[in-house]
Amino acid sequence: MGTLVEEIFSRKAGRIVKAGEILLLDVDYIMSHDNTTPLAIRAFREIGKPILDKNRVVIHLDHAYPAPNVLAAENHRRIFDFVKEQELPHLFQQGVCHQVMIEEGFVTPGSIVIGADSHSNTYGALGAFGTGLGSTEIGVAWVTGKCWFKVPETIRVELHGRTQAGVYAKDVMIYIAGLLGMDGGTYRSVEFGGEYIDQLPLHERIIFPNMSTEIGAKCGLIAADQVTLDYLDNETPAKGKGPFEQIRPANPRYERLLELDVSTLAPQVACHPDVDNVKPLEQVEGLEVQEVYIGTCTNARYEDLEIVANMLRGRKVNPFTRVIVTPASARIYKKALQNGLIEILMDAGCTVTGTGCGACIGRHGGILAPGERALTTMNRNFIGRMGSPLSEIYLASPATAAATALTGRITDPREYLMQNAE
Amino acid sequence: MGKAWTFGENMNTDEIIPGRYNITIDPLELARNVFCEVKPEYAKNVKPGDVIVGGQNFGCGSSREHAPIAIKGSQAKCVIAASFARIFFRNAINIGLPILECPEAVAGISEGDEIDVDLASGEISNHTNGHRYQARPLPDFVLKIAEAGGIVNFLKEHDIQELLR
Repeated sequence: MGTLVEEIFSRKAGRIVKAGEILLLDVDYIMSHDNTTPLAIRAFREIGKPILDKNRVVIHLDHAYPAPNVLAAENHRRIFDFVKEQELPHLFQQGVCHQVMIEEGFVTPGSIVIGADSHSNTYGALGAFGTGLGSTEIGVAWVTGKCWFKVPETIRVELHGRTQAGVYAKDVMIYIAGLLGMDGGTYRSVEFGGEYIDQLPLHERIIFPNMSTEIGAKCGLIAADQVTLDYLDNETPAKGKGPFEQIRPANPRYERLLELDVSTLAPQVACHPDVDNVKPLEQVEGLEVQEVYIGTCTNARYEDLEIVANMLRGRKVNPFTRVIVTPASARIYKKALQNGLIEILMDAGCTVTGTGCGACIGRHGGILAPGERALTTMNRNFIGRMGSPLSEIYLASPATAAATALTGRITDPREYLMQNAE
Repeated sequence: MGKAWTFGENMNTDEIIPGRYNITIDPLELARNVFCEVKPEYAKNVKPGDVIVGGQNFGCGSSREHAPIAIKGSQAKCVIAASFARIFFRNAINIGLPILECPEAVAGISEGDEIDVDLASGEISNHTNGHRYQARPLPDFVLKIAEAGGIVNFLKEHDIQELLR
């Protein structure tokens, strides 16, 4: 009886729990990456006790991989040595941690997956409780298998209607971030549902929990349904872990209900310097950009690359704009290569990089100079995130990024989508 | 007694310590670059016992523990904020950086004010304007972690189950 997060936690606790309670729960998987694992190792060594269950530990090298400098290389070396020493079974260098976690079947409905990365909320797209924590708690979870949680209150976001052509889940989520604000979901579970969500494929659903982080949420959840189970069966090795229950909210009591009709929404842009500085694209149309970055855990899935490739096919990107495409995972990259998308992108003048977090955290693969402005498919536009503190980041959908790549100015993708249709 | 260093609303982890400096986990090294873009004079002039004062949603953004570690490494005594972002809150408690939630104090403290904080009672005294403020009490289990000086120290002495007992 309760909201989706109460239902998930109740099953884990073995009794009915309500918002406000503090629980110590077993976690199914414990994720960390090259940026956060070294501090977890330090906490682990200081605690001085063994890892409880090595199978639950999953480590990714994605944030600064391959190493852009000597310090990063040393960092990776430390992690390789630790994984060998502890004989850990799950080490990945296959792309952005959250995408690989889902592809490899670590995320299943009703499970608890904690990660030393703020966008671990992403796992909520499959009806799992996913949340971001710091490294020390990851080290603690390695040893204890447990983590404390305060059962959060829930904001329900009920989405009606269908979006118009050229408007995507990213536009809807950016709009929601603008409505709720960057602290509008702090300490809360944000539950996304309604007929719009029900008909969305999984790769579009992921955007909502992924960006729930940007409004401060503890988790962003979408109830598992047949779409989720089909995805797990067809796209991941998770099948053997089932059968999975389609946990749904049951007589929930929501702290707040936000209802929205998405059918009248136009493309949206989250403008410099805050994710909640949201404007309809037409208000910033024509603004010059020096870089377009298509990548990250938010929007660099196969279907995103497909949208971009379809728009860039037979065209050339603006010669004075860096256009960088970083596929989210090796699996995505391979499929895009096999299906000719990478060739289209390269022919159009894009720079296609290896997988990983790339330019999103300003380490390598697209750093911005002072005075530069980027339009990206990322989820976060903090000052200085991609390089110089004097640069600016604008967030939008892959379609808007593709249209902008062609002109070097923020451009409405619907013009090109209509041309393609003709 | 220490000096107040004031910061605005939604102070994010990239502003506390930009991603490019997170390649190290050394607290003193991190402290050298803490707040380098929003308040470059901080790292050079901060003294042990000084106090960070932030607005709403302090520490939002990344899960990087480098942010509270950098602040702790700078020898600041504690962070007082109107509210904290959730991962920063957990991280600060876990690594033993004292944090106090007190919007009244934040409203009443200006840059450079002389501040005294009693961490045990949560009482904040502003000696520059003579006002006193009471911070919100922390939940019992959080106090257990804080009193042990962080979760790692807690686990050296206790089983994790004792946290909620």
